[in-house]
Amino acid sequence: MFAFVINRILQAIPVMLTVALISFAMFAYVGDPVAIMLGQDFTEAQRDALVRDLGLDQPFWVQFWEFVTNAAQGQFGLSYRLSRPVAELISERAPATLELAFCAAALALVVGVPMGVYTGLYRHSWLSRFFLTFSLIGVSLPTFLIGILLILFFAVQLGWLPSFGRGDTVQLGWWSTGFLTWSGVKALILPAITLGLFQLTLIMRLVRAEMLEVLRTDYIKFARARGLPNRAVHFGHALKNTMVPVITIVGLQLGAIIAFAIVTETVFQWPGMGLLFIQSVGAADIPVMSAYLMLIALVFVSINLIVDLLYYAVDPRLRIGRGQGGH
Amino acid sequence: MAAPLLQVRNLRVEFPTRRGTLVALDDVSFDISPGEVLGVVGESGAGKSMTGAAIIGLLEPPGRIARGEILFDGKRIDNLRYEQMRRLRGKEIGAIFQDPLTTLNPLYTVGRQLVETITTHLPVNPAEARKRAIGWLEMVGIPAAAQRIDSYPHEFSGGMRQRVVIALALCAEPRLIVADEPTTALDVSIQAQVIALLKTLAREKGTAMMLVTHDMGVIAETADRVAVMYAGRVAEIGPVREVVKHANHPYSVGLMGSIPPLDRRVERLAQIDGSMPRLSAIPQGCAYNPRCPQVFDKCRQLRPDLIDAGTTRAACWLYDTEMARG
Repeated sequence: MFAFVINRILQAIPVMLTVALISFAMFAYVGDPVAIMLGQDFTEAQRDALVRDLGLDQPFWVQFWEFVTNAAQGQFGLSYRLSRPVAELISERAPATLELAFCAAALALVVGVPMGVYTGLYRHSWLSRFFLTFSLIGVSLPTFLIGILLILFFAVQLGWLPSFGRGDTVQLGWWSTGFLTWSGVKALILPAITLGLFQLTLIMRLVRAEMLEVLRTDYIKFARARGLPNRAVHFGHALKNTMVPVITIVGLQLGAIIAFAIVTETVFQWPGMGLLFIQSVGAADIPVMSAYLMLIALVFVSINLIVDLLYYAVDPRLRIGRGQGGH
Repeated sequence: MAAPLLQVRNLRVEFPTRRGTLVALDDVSFDISPGEVLGVVGESGAGKSMTGAAIIGLLEPPGRIARGEILFDGKRIDNLRYEQMRRLRGKEIGAIFQDPLTTLNPLYTVGRQLVETITTHLPVNPAEARKRAIGWLEMVGIPAAAQRIDSYPHEFSGGMRQRVVIALALCAEPRLIVADEPTTALDVSIQAQVIALLKTLAREKGTAMMLVTHDMGVIAETADRVAVMYAGRVAEIGPVREVVKHANHPYSVGLMGSIPPLDRRVERLAQIDGSMPRLSAIPQGCAYNPRCPQVFDKCRQLRPDLIDAGTTRAACWLYDTEMARG
């Protein structure tokens, strides 16, 4: 188990280095930082001095090594646009995105899994048909349109919920949370639905397909033949066997929710990392972009590790070397 | 003889399909007495497993019992609601399936599966249930049962898993076991062990058993009586010795004749020409008539019921007394 985790972390290093290389390459190929920092008027001597100061006269590998060691300590330099440390900018914005992503994922799971189980068990009921039709909408409507429609309906016409922003937040150490104020919670609802709807329908359809598959298996028939109550058969035996593929997809989607909250954050002017990123792209703010790229890679790598550990927890067949095996 | 534990009366199972209704079982009748082992033999698709599924109330939809009745301990069980039938399953009627590799839930220890079955049906606390579970594992011959109880199914071999399945089927002490080809998926060397185990346990506990198989050796060794099924009907039913040695129905004769004798050399193995009709194309009259060597006119027109044929009862016009007279 421990060896497995170490192994996985070692495997993650080349992945992170590759992403670091791409992030680093952005500095060289997307715009010229020297030109940006010098402005309009400069002499050749000033330019050379700046290049030396910034270490840009060093060989490529030396520069890359500097970049990686700094990145490992969370230092990505100053934002060109806001002239503040990138790490500070991101840690200010991260709570907003993470809270939004958490709510969206929780919504998708808490609603999606039961709907999937229901539609799997009662395939022909009209409610199942309704869920399936509804899920087509979730799958096929683009996120920004869902967001705009929700704003139109709940914010503009009904006026129940705010159309943009995070509402009031409470500062807990460096973390700013919107969970503790009424306006913060209200502000979360529409963006969370917008971000989570696609995932919800995806999870529902996945759980349904897996349930249909599992309900046909012999061990489910045998569980029924043993006279176990339906609850135990459906939720104890069937649902648990659908979990491995569901965990895989949910893990990947959680990464996607965090990484690609950009559209939702733009629609709702949500002050999170996605909005920061899109504004940075507009201003060619390379330090922020490269830091964001690294961060998202780290999120994906960590989620994959957690997913692998969950497989372990769910499926005993993957736990090798338990000693007392044999036949 | 004691009153029958299980009575199947004129059972008819239909599968409504888009192309019309398929009759999977028609007019199937038999009894099983307490402690008796009834062997059910026949080719694949003859309706053996379907009969078992109908008895435990787990016919695959859209299959349904269209006519007839099933009585357990004198009470009808074919028309029970799902929840009432569920209480009987495992508790009164246990089931053993064909493939032990797929019958156990891979994600739970065998102990957990045993304990949940025991606590579902018997009024015992989990600690007592666990004690009994270990006892059952010992009884079915799992070595070091107290340790192996916390193993997962994949940590057992096929034969051992089938022993676990048997323990699961027996652990709430049902009075009837429906065993659907319990040895077909096992190695030949393991088959004998599992059959011997089933036989011993059934005898010790006084459990009646419906043993579905296409292995005549298993039947000859284990069963008290045999029902031969063909195309969804019972072709012949009688004491095992009579059916194996002196079968009356031409199909049973052919079936028994196709078991190669060990005591002498034969040039060619005996076989029955043709194959069993599909459910959608069962011929008029006796379903066996196109393959029957003794076929005559009446067989092509009228379907025979079970008729007394001396030592056994056979669904064959050869034993129709009116015909004998005429």
